[in-house]
Amino acid sequence: MLRFILTRASLLIPTFLGVTLLTFLLIRLVPGDPIEVRVGERGISPERLAQFRHELGLDQPLWKQFLDYIGGVLSGDLGTSLVTHNPVLQEFLTLFPATIELAFMAMLFASVVGLPAGIVAAVKRGSWFDHGVMGLSLTGYSMPIFWWGLLLILLFSVNLGWTPVSGRLDLLYYVEPVTGFMLIDTLLVGEYGAFWSALEHLILPTVVLGTIPLAVVARMTRSAMLEVLGEDYIRTARAKGLNSRRVVGLHALRNALIPVVTVIGLQVGTLLGGAILTETIFSWPGVGKWLIESINRRDYPALQGGVLLIASTVMAVNLLVDLLYGVLNPRIRHAR
Amino acid sequence: MTTDVQPVASRPPHPLAETWYHFRQNHGAVLGLVVITAITIVAILADVIAPHSPIAQYRDSILAPPVWHDAGSWRFILGTDDIGRDMLSRLIHGARLSMMIGVIVVTLSLAVGLGLGMVAGFFGGITDVLVMRFMDILLSLPSLLLAVVVAAILGPGLFNAMLAVSVVVVPHYARLTRAAVMAEMSKDYVIASRVAGAGPLRLMLVVVLPNCAAPLIVQATLGFSTAILDAAALGFLGLGAQPPTPEWGTMLASSLQFLQRAPWVVTWPGVAILVTVLAFNLLGDGLRDALDPKLKR
Repeated sequence: MLRFILTRASLLIPTFLGVTLLTFLLIRLVPGDPIEVRVGERGISPERLAQFRHELGLDQPLWKQFLDYIGGVLSGDLGTSLVTHNPVLQEFLTLFPATIELAFMAMLFASVVGLPAGIVAAVKRGSWFDHGVMGLSLTGYSMPIFWWGLLLILLFSVNLGWTPVSGRLDLLYYVEPVTGFMLIDTLLVGEYGAFWSALEHLILPTVVLGTIPLAVVARMTRSAMLEVLGEDYIRTARAKGLNSRRVVGLHALRNALIPVVTVIGLQVGTLLGGAILTETIFSWPGVGKWLIESINRRDYPALQGGVLLIASTVMAVNLLVDLLYGVLNPRIRHAR
Repeated sequence: MTTDVQPVASRPPHPLAETWYHFRQNHGAVLGLVVITAITIVAILADVIAPHSPIAQYRDSILAPPVWHDAGSWRFILGTDDIGRDMLSRLIHGARLSMMIGVIVVTLSLAVGLGLGMVAGFFGGITDVLVMRFMDILLSLPSLLLAVVVAAILGPGLFNAMLAVSVVVVPHYARLTRAAVMAEMSKDYVIASRVAGAGPLRLMLVVVLPNCAAPLIVQATLGFSTAILDAAALGFLGLGAQPPTPEWGTMLASSLQFLQRAPWVVTWPGVAILVTVLAFNLLGDGLRDALDPKLKR
């Protein structure tokens, strides 16, 4: 088992180095000099420019710059934002809990709705319910979520006034961040009003971000269940006279869940990508909105660090899913 | 067509006829095909069909509502936007842009991905490792994030957005091609033609490639929906087509502040994106079922 874990983890090292190199090179491809972008239109004397370039290491050969960057990354130094002058890692970590909270809720929503929908659709294959679930999930999968968010805001926030339009918390409340997760922080200080406000603010973004994963989970659950329900052991269980609910809920679901859990884990990339759009629409103070703002402000160190951190998160979660899959399914573990 | 007398009863149907037969069973896929055909016709004939120019501004009817509203008129069937441009005409011209985005992105990414995948699968060894590692690196970034970064670096614009989306989807084609090529390479017919003296290019393009086509056709169809959706998302974020280009995502972004006053300026571009993407997904699903021999009964 340990060998399995180590093999899988070591495969990540070249990918991680590759992503670091890729982000490093991509940012170097930006037309224009980061210093000139920084000083703007005021201009700068050639001596000052040379001095700045030297301070930032930009006069070094590219390979030297890259080695310095890698060295920095490995010791937790991702550079400094050109706009706020704060360390990029610190800015990212301040905003990341908001994104995690939203992504977690979206995944929870997708699983809680998608799993039962997929199971019932598979059991009642060919029924109107099945057709409805499949049609809706294909629609959800095709949804431009930035537009979907606007429609929901128009209906529920503007016309019905049920939910707040944007942000994380009502202006009435101020909660000192402890964990960064609003739902936990508000409970820690015992502000139940603030907790409800945070929950209300989460509803629409959760639905918007969870729509595509919901469609994927429902479809995957249905097809995994259909496959399992056709197996001999299920027929045996039915032949033994077990009631249908027990056969589906216990015998079939256990095996059907293995691929579904994997798919849920692999949605983390979709979630973090979708967070860019969702956070922009709902003014959600997370890393997705921050990245777009960094692009608009030409804050390339922030963009570079943010992309690297998000890619690392995705890689780490995918590794976990991979390992979990090995735990759930011994055939994978012993195959290689 | 069906009244033709079959000379020999036992002759198997042409593979295409068989695929079409399976495809026809899937009503969703047929619907998708019909919708895509309709959108394509609209896109081609945009100049003829559109009642107004997509960039003409009618200053006397700013934010005019659609025809079924009390204040609506037949002059602007779907209403006008914030500077008096006809929504319907802009949507029709947007269809042309979106179909063009789909065609260019799929062609570019398919060509590059196919090439990389074939080389990796055909030569194996260190070439395979290098190519596929690079693809893994691209895949480890969330697709929209990668597209956003590439578009930000290239600078905003429709063409750069298409390039960005193409880069993002290349790994999918490369992986699919490599897997298909590797599965075919060990088969007897490939060995036979190698023995017969076929060179690597002939083996790759004439012998192996046609037998790898099925998954690629499906992926390319689904690739249209990804391309249209991602390009619209980039447009929405301000990194894609720039105003006054009537690209659907860009149209949405530029009319955001009129969400309350004139919901139609926001509703229609989204409906157009959803319907087009849904049609391609339906078609892709149907093609997958029709082309996948494992599912044929």
